[in-house]
Amino acid sequence: MENQTLIELYTTMLTIRRFEERVAAEFYAGNLFGFVHSYIGQEAIATGVCRHLGPEDRIVSHHRGHGHCIAKGADLKRMMAEIQGKKTGYCKGKGGSMHIADFSIGMLGADGIVGAGLPIATGAALAAKLEGEGKMAAVFFGDGACQEGEFHEALNLAAIWKLPLLFVCENNHYGVNTAREYSLAADEIIRMPKAYHIPTQAIHGNDVEAVHRAAGEAVAALRGGDGPYFLECETYRWHKHFLSDVLEDLRPREEIESWAQKCPIAAFEAKLIKRGVLTRADLERIDAEVLREVEEAYQYALDSPYPEPEDALEDVYAS
Amino acid sequence: MREITYEEATLEAIQEAFRRDPRTIHLSTDLYAELQDEFGAERIRVTPIAENSFVGAAIGLAGSGFRTVANIRMATFGFVAMDQMINHAAKIHYMFGGQAKFPILYRMTVGAGISAAAEHSVSPYPMYMNAPGLKIILPSTPYDAKGLFKTALRDMNPVVSFEHVALGGMKGEVPEEEYFVPFGQASVRREGSDVTVVALAKMVYEALEAARELADEGISLEVIDPRTLVPLDRKTIFESVWKTGRLVVVDEACQTCGAAAEIVALVTSNTATFGRLKAAPARVCGLDVPIPFSPPMEKFAVPDKAKIIEAVREVLKS
Repeated sequence: MENQTLIELYTTMLTIRRFEERVAAEFYAGNLFGFVHSYIGQEAIATGVCRHLGPEDRIVSHHRGHGHCIAKGADLKRMMAEIQGKKTGYCKGKGGSMHIADFSIGMLGADGIVGAGLPIATGAALAAKLEGEGKMAAVFFGDGACQEGEFHEALNLAAIWKLPLLFVCENNHYGVNTAREYSLAADEIIRMPKAYHIPTQAIHGNDVEAVHRAAGEAVAALRGGDGPYFLECETYRWHKHFLSDVLEDLRPREEIESWAQKCPIAAFEAKLIKRGVLTRADLERIDAEVLREVEEAYQYALDSPYPEPEDALEDVYAS
Repeated sequence: MREITYEEATLEAIQEAFRRDPRTIHLSTDLYAELQDEFGAERIRVTPIAENSFVGAAIGLAGSGFRTVANIRMATFGFVAMDQMINHAAKIHYMFGGQAKFPILYRMTVGAGISAAAEHSVSPYPMYMNAPGLKIILPSTPYDAKGLFKTALRDMNPVVSFEHVALGGMKGEVPEEEYFVPFGQASVRREGSDVTVVALAKMVYEALEAARELADEGISLEVIDPRTLVPLDRKTIFESVWKTGRLVVVDEACQTCGAAAEIVALVTSNTATFGRLKAAPARVCGLDVPIPFSPPMEKFAVPDKAKIIEAVREVLKS
């Protein structure tokens, strides 16, 4: 992989991390409201996959969607403004953290209903197939979504229509506090897409290079017209299901700590230094730049006005 | 003028839309051979029996710049797709701040009268009226079916068409030349002066028969067909009530929280219109029971001419 690509992957992951850290800090300081689902711990997946996609490729995200937005190239300022409920946000304050979308870059939206993005993504993939020119779509979802009927409907539809759809399962092992081992009879997630004759790879989702490599193979097959492809990326979320003072985290303490040792960013940082791609000074420079962007975004949102109450009446119908 | 069936009229509107815009896709669990012959299997697609997924696929297509006609067939299957319909199709334009448009025509049949029993005889459009973001059409004639479809297929919102199962084979005059029936414009099917009868879908015909019968007694009914429930043409209804002072609303859907309840509420909560009422408005609706299978019970559960006449006589008492 070229050094430039490695640096970009690193920078994207770090941007997601710093963005989410700021959001969490502000939330727990009482400055944000609503449901905020943190992507910290899973950064390598959105980053490694979206690096292969152009603005003409469409993605569908889920409730934990900030990382996908950033990796697809969304504007941090408009994201922060949306999270703060401001008029300048991507959805003019109508969506909030859980529903950020940017159709101009092919980000068809984060979605609060587990599994519901999958059928929508089949439509985006059908559009890509009809438009041709090697276009494709990707859909991100968790192990929880694999328990929904919509998951199986989407696998089936994508398979029988040979849709250029990349399924990206972010297996973080839990639906809120319920372990996948309890709630899913299939002992391996990839056994399910295999049953629909969809090619699969199961990879370590905290290794951005592994994700990038597997996604690259998948994307090449998809663009070649081979039909859908399924990646299962094993990972772990660091925060509770959503940021909250009252929601309990019932996952085993030692498990949480062991996954903190598998930080996707720290691991990648060590590799980059060892290989001489970046120096400590480079890392500090990148971090300072990323922190500055996040700060600018947060300030932009703070300085932005709230919507007028009557704005609630707009956009119910398109003209 | 030539006469074609209601079903043929809808098909014509779809064909014209597909000829006009190559980025229009048809999804249904059934094959539409006449469409597939003309437009090909890429655009006229047979889906698996997975309503939620193709109702959702239509949203993804729309978000990617395509228009979709998704035929759910019977409204009972529409319930299977309620996640995509209500959580997404209805809200997604609003929730994302209006940054994308979702031009989709969802079709489903409604109504009782064919001994299809409880699951397959539903008229659930009032539930959909409770989901802002959807437009709702209820064509009752071949002319309106084509004209409303023509409008729906230019609209940039999700439009849900509820088509009464008894009307598909009905023949009626449909012009050869292009025309559109605008949304939110009711049709006065019969002018009258004594009682306003607002009737939906197949009930328009029951109301017209009641009007003919009562005319022999010198009672004059004004029969209004709203044609679209969202948007609803309040003005035509209000003006008629100002004239007659009496209102009967007839709908085959269950009475509780129905379109009839909404229309009565609109009329009675408008001070000017309320002041013109000479009697309490009446509803003639489907009974609040699942539709039973056996014909005597099924007939009992839905409104008909006799029940409308009875309600009209009641509102004429005061």
